[in-house]
Amino acid sequence: MWSYTFRRVLATIPTLLAVITVCYLLLHLTPGGPFDGERKVSAAVLANLQAKYHLDLPLWQQYLYYIKSLLQGDLGASFRYADWSVNDLVGKALPVSAAIGGGAIVISLFIGVALGIVAALRQNSLIDYLVMLLGNIGGAFPSFVLGPVLVMVFAIGLEWLPAGGWDDFALRYMVLPMALLVFINISTIGRVMRGSMIEVLGSNFIRTARAKGLPMRTIVLRHALKPALMPVVSVIGPLAISSITAAVVTETVFGLPGLGKLIVNGAANRDYTLVLGLVVLVTVITVVLNLLVDLAYALLDPKIRY
Amino acid sequence: MMQSKQKAMTAALDNSLADAAVEGRSLWRDARVRFFRNKAAVLSLIVLALITLACIFGPMVLPHTYEDTDWDAMGIAPTLANTHWFGTDALGRDLLVRCLIGGRISLMVGALATIASVALGIVWGATAGFMGGKVDSLMMRIVDMMYAVPYLLIAILMVTLLGRDFYLVVLTITVFSWMDMARVVRGQTLAIKSKEYVEAAHAIGVSTPKIIFRHIVPNLLGIVVIYTTVTVPGVILTESVLSFLGLGVQEPMTSWGVLIQDGAGVMDASPWILLFPAGLLSVTLYCANYIGDGLRDALDPKDR
Repeated sequence: MWSYTFRRVLATIPTLLAVITVCYLLLHLTPGGPFDGERKVSAAVLANLQAKYHLDLPLWQQYLYYIKSLLQGDLGASFRYADWSVNDLVGKALPVSAAIGGGAIVISLFIGVALGIVAALRQNSLIDYLVMLLGNIGGAFPSFVLGPVLVMVFAIGLEWLPAGGWDDFALRYMVLPMALLVFINISTIGRVMRGSMIEVLGSNFIRTARAKGLPMRTIVLRHALKPALMPVVSVIGPLAISSITAAVVTETVFGLPGLGKLIVNGAANRDYTLVLGLVVLVTVITVVLNLLVDLAYALLDPKIRY
Repeated sequence: MMQSKQKAMTAALDNSLADAAVEGRSLWRDARVRFFRNKAAVLSLIVLALITLACIFGPMVLPHTYEDTDWDAMGIAPTLANTHWFGTDALGRDLLVRCLIGGRISLMVGALATIASVALGIVWGATAGFMGGKVDSLMMRIVDMMYAVPYLLIAILMVTLLGRDFYLVVLTITVFSWMDMARVVRGQTLAIKSKEYVEAAHAIGVSTPKIIFRHIVPNLLGIVVIYTTVTVPGVILTESVLSFLGLGVQEPMTSWGVLIQDGAGVMDASPWILLFPAGLLSVTLYCANYIGDGLRDALDPKDR
């Protein structure tokens, strides 16, 4: 196990380096520097500024400086938001994304698994179709269609909830965004759970349990649930990652001040350092979460050798 | 009695054998028959063809253009009274024409990015599969890396840096859509490479290029077609997401994602501006998925 973990950790380094390098080069291939503004800056001031941000050095030295500051956990200064470092901006945005995305993934796990079990137990019946129809809403419509529709129904039509915005983790503002993410996630979780549950229920040890005369409830919860959850574990990782770090559409639809909104605003304002910093950060989070999921999978599934 | 019956049966069997010999059934013919038996897939194909034709020819015959304001009809609801059948947006532009023009962009990005990523995926996967060894593992490591990357964010970064030109959007989408194809093609190539008939071809002295084109490429085609149809909806969706976020093609040019974004902003006052493009996009994605399922069922050799 330890050598497997070690190898997996080592294998993430080239990925991270490649992403950072490519993004950094992309950033520097584009014409225009950070101080090419409308206002003319005198040559002496410009030279000082460039020296301060190491812009007078050759590219590879600038790159090494960037890597060094990354290793110290510093994502640099924002081009557009004066007096804000990228770290400050991320510090404000990350809790929002984590609350919405994390909450949504926990809820969708429960709902998705429940739907999958119900559908699997009544395979090919009316209940199965209805449950899967409900589960597939999020899979059938793109999130940027489903999001506005949710707003239309629950905020504008029924006036139950606010159409968007954010008020310091007030639950009212979190319900619709989380509902959208839950809809998207349960379509995958439900489908995977239904398939694996049907497969497990058809296996020999379940037949044995039935032959012993165990009630269906015990069979499902005590015997079938654990093996049937294994495929769900493997999809929950990517779903959690995309719910937290890439909920760009959700945060745009509902105007939430999270990571996704930050990166879209950064892109619209051409705030290069902010976008680059966010991409690097999210890549690191993604790679680390992927690693954890892989390790968890290896721990949980006795069939996997490492 | 018994004998004559047996004779008749033998004759019938001979006849059917003869028929079979005359009428060879290729994989593709079988697949076509199976595909057209699938009603959902055929219906989807018809609907998608109609949408495509409407997007191509609609703007040519309709009396409005996608960028001109009709000062007498700004933000009106869908109506049969004048020629604004889908209504107009807040600037008085005919929504039907804008939906069709947007469809042109969305479908064209879909087609171009699919062709590009499929080509890249086939070349990458086939090369890795044929070469094997170190080249193979290096190339597949790169594919793994691409999977680990948060592609939407990097797509946003690329569009930010490179600009919002139509072809750059296509390029950006392509860069993140070819990996599935590469993996599948590599796997299939490896599998075919070790098949007996390839070995036999080698043994009787068929040249390598001829083996590739005569034995390996035709056997790759099925799986390539299947994965191409899986790629199309994904690519169209990615373009729409980029457009929705304001990073796609620029005004007054439009695409379904842009239209949906416009509509989402004014949906309390004029919901049709959201519903028409959203409906068109959803129907298109649905059709693409059903056609993909139909092709998979038709071409999957395991499913005989």
